[in-house]
This record gives sequence, structure tokens and C-alpha cells, in this order.
Amino acid sequence: MSDSKAKEPVAAAMNEIQKNAGTKKKVTIVVFSGELDKVLAAFNIATGAASMGMECTLFFTFWGLNVLKKNDAKNTASGLMKRMLGRMNKGGSQRLPLSKFHMRGLGTWMMKKLMSQHKMPTVDEMISLSKELGVQFMACTITMGIMGIEKEALRPEIDKFVGVVTYLAEAQESSVNLFI
Amino acid sequence: MEETVEIGDKTIKVDAELDCFGLLCPMPIVKTAAKVKEIDVGQVLKVASTDLGIKEDMPVWCAETGNEFLGVKEADGEYFVYLRRLV
Repeated sequence: MSDSKAKEPVAAAMNEIQKNAGTKKKVTIVVFSGELDKVLAAFNIATGAASMGMECTLFFTFWGLNVLKKNDAKNTASGLMKRMLGRMNKGGSQRLPLSKFHMRGLGTWMMKKLMSQHKMPTVDEMISLSKELGVQFMACTITMGIMGIEKEALRPEIDKFVGVVTYLAEAQESSVNLFI
Repeated sequence: MEETVEIGDKTIKVDAELDCFGLLCPMPIVKTAAKVKEIDVGQVLKVASTDLGIKEDMPVWCAETGNEFLGVKEADGEYFVYLRRLV
């Protein structure tokens, strides 16, 4: 076998790599949790990915939707159970508890203090930074329905109100897909 | 005065500097990505950071974004990373 023939598959593989080099890599993150620490982890990955030139989509669902609730949103849910849920699960970027050591707010307050000492961005700052970097925000309409959350109660940074199919279509094209 | 840095056996001129002291991951990378867009292709950026992770992260970031990682100098927990904008 001649030398040039042996190199052909390698050359073909290299061509493939070079072709793919031009296409953008994608990250999709399901933000299911509504806790400060987990949400910040999601935003860290999202802003890092966007800074690496990757396309990034955050899909906010269930407790994660609390991140995108306005801090001064009115509880407009109808029906006893939804109203009760809205009252106990107020949400809002500034109200997210820690997943550990919340201690009726004391632990979370201390963690926020530590984070600001280390110049870590707040959730609000992470939301605007993500938008500046072109991160796409999707809100889960199923959660909105169950919890009685109206569009008006959510922040304007949301790009799309979608169901699971749109998320899956995005995830299918992504090389990184996380559930937080 | 013009700043230069010795990397290997080369002397490289530094065109711009980015102060990321005290910032934690991913902020140095986020700021670097923004700063690199401000300098010209071919110019050298110096990133000053106290984040240990930057030593590993910056070469990877450069490789992923198609820029040239020149090297890193460290002293007393301070890291100075040098990279050249290529794209």
C-alpha cells in the first residue's frame, strides 16, 4: 500500500474537523432549582460558555422559574391552592434561598456577604451579564400554568415562552446539556 | 513607557492590560473575552488575576477561541497571563 493511500482516511477526518470548526458549539442548561447556589452555578457556566464563543440557552422550569419572577410581582393566581403556592413561593432573584444552611435567611445573608466580598456577581448582575453575552432565556409554560404565573409577573429578559419540545430541539444540537 | 515581557527566549511587547485582581471564575474569562475584542488582531493582552484556575483556563480559552496563548508568569499568588489576539 502506498503512503498516500494510508493518509487518506486521516485527511478525510481532518477535513471533517475543519468543517466543524466553523460551526458554533452549543450549551443547553435546564434550570430546575430555584436556589441561589445552584442558580449561580448555572449562570457561571452560561456566562463562561458564552465567553468561549459557544451559543447558550437556559431553560427555566419549575422552581427555576422563581429566578425570573419580578421581585415586586403581584400574586395574581386564581384559586385557593395556586394563591397559597404563590404566597409561599414568592420567588424573585433577590429572594432565592441557599440549598443548604439557609437558616431562615441568616445563612443566605452571610453567603451573599461573602460573595460580595469576593466581587462575585449577584443573580441580578448575572442575568444582565448573560443577556449582554447573548445567552437565550426560555421560560417553561407548563410551570406557568400549574403555578398560575402570568407573563406580567416575569422579567422582560425572557426570549421565549416554550414547552419541552423547543427545549429538546435545542438540546439535540448541543454538545453540553445540563440539568441543575 | 512601553511594557515588554520575556517569554522563553523572546521579548514580547504588551499592548494592553486587564486588571482582574480579586475576581473569581468565570469573571476573568468573561472580561478577557470582552477586552480581546477591543484590541487589534496581532496585539498582545496581559491579564492580571489572583484566580488560580486561570493558569489552566486561559490556554484552553485561547485554543477554543482561536487566539494565541503566549504564557503565564506567577509571583506570590498573582498570575499574569499573556495572549495574542488572532481572530
